[in-house]
Amino acid sequence: MSIDWTAFTPWSALAGGAIIGLAATLFALFNGRVTGISGIVGGLLRPSLPDAAWRAAFLAGLIVAPIVYRLVAGAPNLTIDANYPTLVVAGLLVGIGTRYGSGCTSGHGVCGLSRLSPRSLVATLAFMSAGFATVFATRHILA
Amino acid sequence: MYAFFAFVAGLVFGIGLLVSGMINPAKVLGFLDLAGRWDPSLALVMVGAIAIGVVGFVIAGRRATTVLGTPMLLPTARTIDRRLIVGGAVFGIGWGLAGFCPGPAVAALGAGHLKALVFVAAMVAGMLAFEWIEGLRARSTSTDRLEPGAGGTSE
Repeated sequence: MSIDWTAFTPWSALAGGAIIGLAATLFALFNGRVTGISGIVGGLLRPSLPDAAWRAAFLAGLIVAPIVYRLVAGAPNLTIDANYPTLVVAGLLVGIGTRYGSGCTSGHGVCGLSRLSPRSLVATLAFMSAGFATVFATRHILA
Repeated sequence: MYAFFAFVAGLVFGIGLLVSGMINPAKVLGFLDLAGRWDPSLALVMVGAIAIGVVGFVIAGRRATTVLGTPMLLPTARTIDRRLIVGGAVFGIGWGLAGFCPGPAVAALGAGHLKALVFVAAMVAGMLAFEWIEGLRARSTSTDRLEPGAGGTSE
């Protein structure tokens, strides 16, 4: 392992992480829920929609964020190297996997670990290991 | 009011994804590439988020209702089963292929990237496939549908 010191951004990572933690705190205190994006999106796909309003409002906030950010800090770094077929396969796997495993990086990773949930720790270890293994395979074995 | 605070939380969450760099798939893949030139930044995103989140959830956990007076609906599922681990692993493979997880992908829609739209459309299709499969399962085995975490509560 060699660390890419030029790409390493410790302060913005810590600050951005703290803002994510603040959002999770606000959502827990005002809405009484965990900030799990896959669960929020998934709940919109159910036949009965008693709580569509807050789900749509949360996602609207998420989508507006880059527009607000751009006004203050300029265009964000956002590089998507995956080609379209890969994006489709990846999207399908992320959609099925997060629903089957009841959560993603935000629900299990940020909120679950913050709540010291053993269940979320196991889920986080599962998706982190799979993520590391997949990048190892695509960049160092198949490439 | 409830929906307004959800909007604010979504906005703040998205700003966090942008400031941290988590919204950028290239940076996420740089973190997941342990054997290459590794960018440890995202580990610090988790440190920052959890440092604040721990305090937030301790405060929230002591409350019977939210600040708005609505019920606390934090997850109660504790089951560690095959669904959790297999689901997490399937998600992790998709995450490693594209560098997108659900939050950053939805936020990237607002940055106007067509590729993010394709990813999110596929993700929604995957979630619909899950609902469909669960529907079939519920019809074939109507008795074992009540396990906690089986789609009802979600982290």
